[in-house]
Amino acid sequence: MLNYIIRRMLYAIPILIGVNLITFTLFFVVNTPDDMARMQLGIKRVTPEAIEKWKHERGYDKPLMFNDSEEGAAKFTRTIFFEKSAAMFVFDFGRADDGRDIAHEIKARMLPSLAIALPVFLLGLIVYITFALVMAFFRATYVDFWGVVLCVALMSISSLFYIIGGQFLISKLWHLVPISGYGGGLDAGKFLVLPVIIGVISGAGANTRWYRTIFLEEMGKDYVRTARAKGLPESIVLFRHVLRNAMIPILTGAVVVIPLLFLGSLIAESFFGIPGLGSYTIDAINSQDFAVVRAMVFLGSLLYIIGLILTDISYTLVDPRIRLE
Amino acid sequence: MTMLFKPVILWTDALIYLLVMVVLAFVWYVRRNEHMLAPWRRVGHSASGMAALTVLVFFIVIGLLDTVHFRPTVENSSNGEKVYSVEVLSLLDVIAAPLRTRVEKTYSAPFAAYLYARETIELLDGGQIREFPRLQFGGAHLQNPEVQLFADVAWRAAAGAALGFLGWCVLVALLGALLARRDNARFLPTLSAIRRGTTEIPWNAVLVTLGLILSLLGAALALSTHYHIFGSDKVGQDVFYQSLKSIRTGLVIGTLTTLMMLPFALLLGIMAGYFRGWVDDVIQYIYTTLSSIPGVLLIAAAVLMMQVYMEAHPELFDTIAARADLRLLFLCIILGVTSWTGLCRLLRGETLKLREMEYIQAAHAFGVSHWRIISRHILPNVMHIVLIATVMDFSGLVLAEAVLSYVGVGVDPSMISFGTMINAARLEMAREPMVWWALLSAFGFMFALVLSANLFADAVQDAFNPRVRTWSLKAGKPQRTGREEDPETKPVAVAVKDSISP
Repeated sequence: MLNYIIRRMLYAIPILIGVNLITFTLFFVVNTPDDMARMQLGIKRVTPEAIEKWKHERGYDKPLMFNDSEEGAAKFTRTIFFEKSAAMFVFDFGRADDGRDIAHEIKARMLPSLAIALPVFLLGLIVYITFALVMAFFRATYVDFWGVVLCVALMSISSLFYIIGGQFLISKLWHLVPISGYGGGLDAGKFLVLPVIIGVISGAGANTRWYRTIFLEEMGKDYVRTARAKGLPESIVLFRHVLRNAMIPILTGAVVVIPLLFLGSLIAESFFGIPGLGSYTIDAINSQDFAVVRAMVFLGSLLYIIGLILTDISYTLVDPRIRLE
Repeated sequence: MTMLFKPVILWTDALIYLLVMVVLAFVWYVRRNEHMLAPWRRVGHSASGMAALTVLVFFIVIGLLDTVHFRPTVENSSNGEKVYSVEVLSLLDVIAAPLRTRVEKTYSAPFAAYLYARETIELLDGGQIREFPRLQFGGAHLQNPEVQLFADVAWRAAAGAALGFLGWCVLVALLGALLARRDNARFLPTLSAIRRGTTEIPWNAVLVTLGLILSLLGAALALSTHYHIFGSDKVGQDVFYQSLKSIRTGLVIGTLTTLMMLPFALLLGIMAGYFRGWVDDVIQYIYTTLSSIPGVLLIAAAVLMMQVYMEAHPELFDTIAARADLRLLFLCIILGVTSWTGLCRLLRGETLKLREMEYIQAAHAFGVSHWRIISRHILPNVMHIVLIATVMDFSGLVLAEAVLSYVGVGVDPSMISFGTMINAARLEMAREPMVWWALLSAFGFMFALVLSANLFADAVQDAFNPRVRTWSLKAGKPQRTGREEDPETKPVAVAVKDSISP
């Protein structure tokens, strides 16, 4: 097992290097730092001195890959690639445009992100599976038919509508919870109710339908027919046999996203004013803070790869048929 | 002698024309091949699918009208010479000219005769009062809006709807006559067969949808000549006009993105599955790396860099429309690059299975070249996956556009789209009384488009996926009829959507 995990983690390294190269190409090769400086300082009336100063402040005034003016190993280390891109492997993300350390900021903002994302994830899983089970139980009846219709309708509504509509209905019209904001400790509860509910609802259509398909897929298998043939009641067949087997694809599908929960949700956080990583990213995009976006891209893929590794491990844990070797 | 207008073909226009030609060629090809026609017949038998297709066709017609661009001439006042305007118009702009040109000062509610905001008005005797001024165009023909407005709106709506209904009746009669002639049946029994839904294609579903669309359209057109039926926005532009213009943007994002990613996905996916070995390793590495970057972050990074690039290279475009269009094209390319990986993986898996089939082994044994095996034997057998992925991606991409525009990495702010409409209207939620109309019409149009796309995608998926089964409602008890959505073909764009939506 340990052997497998280690091998799996070694596989992740070339992928991370690939991600690093992609971000490096995107941010420094497609456009030179000079272009970025001009964009940030305004295209017209920008002096070469101002551009140099901008680049110097951010440490972009070095060669990309190879520094001729240095000696020995410094030829490679005193370059943009080494200092800006390769440094991300040790979580040295540099500083944002407002001068704050990005790594520190990320650490502080992970918790608020998790405070929404985790309840949405857990509550969502329970709600979607319950509804999908009900629909699978009443398959080929009008309950199932209208359930699917409702799912398709829910899927077709923009997630922005759920947020805006929810804020309007619950906060503005009924004054039940604050429209937006965030507080520490227990105080956070009242701010989190609305985003969590909206998060669960906006994912309901696609996920419920998805889980229903998985259940129906499972119910068409031979062992289910055997169970029915033994004379087991439909409820036992569903809960004891189908549910447990269907949980394999559902759980492993869910495990992938667990690490990504740390990243939070871009739009929900910015609408509800929650100081998490999602709103951090949006702010960075809007203020064109390239360093932050770069850091988030790297962090996001790192978390995703961790998710993939966890998925593989969880497969072996829940499904005894899968052997590691 | 100068022409009245100068045709303009923007980048996305050219690609849409290309797409239309590809679709037409595909239709022509399918019609000649019975085995390819069969699944489409199954699509044709699905009532919800055909109703959805009717709505989609309506949207597509509007989108295509909005694709034919040109620059009209304007008289040069100094020497009477004609020059082309810098403003790029489309056929839709010409048709909807009354909507486009009748611009109010600022917000006005749907069917309002008065402006949303108070204004100081100078009275004749020199005094001043603050009140809501009359709109310049909306309800301007009424003497006394308080009394007349409701009756006028109701009358115009009824007249428009009646006209639409009349047009619908003509269409029904035409269809009945056509079907009757084809089947050598009499006219009235054909009509009643259509009504009962016993025709091969569920014409009743199509006609009911069409009747709804035509009546609503008739009422909307009749009303919009004298009112802003969905109100007007901050700069006084008609919201109905903006909603119509947004349709093209949504369609472009939904279709061109797939057009962009198909070559990658097809080529790499089939190559990886067919050649295996190091080719497979390299391609797998590429798509694992790309797909490990969360979609929206990669899109954001790429769009940021595109903005820098476009700022640095202003010589690429000559008009504002060209600039917005180029940005839309870049967005499609970026969305395509980030979303080809899912389809690529599916195609690789399918090709791996196919290449072990006996007929392909036989082709190998006969010394058929790789290229020929791929194009003659593998490609036609994976096309159903491509088709399903294409239709399933569409709705996700339309929804993603709105979110991306909100995040600030979507279409150009000067381009009218559902995303920019929502983005502009969102800021006005806090006003009292609330400005809700732009938001609601953007969401409404988007919902209609995405819902019909979803329903049509389901019908296509049902018809083309031979492996899966469905639970028939009519049979009363669980019955396998051979179809159900396939868990493996989870839409690719969901990857984008998942990482965006909370």
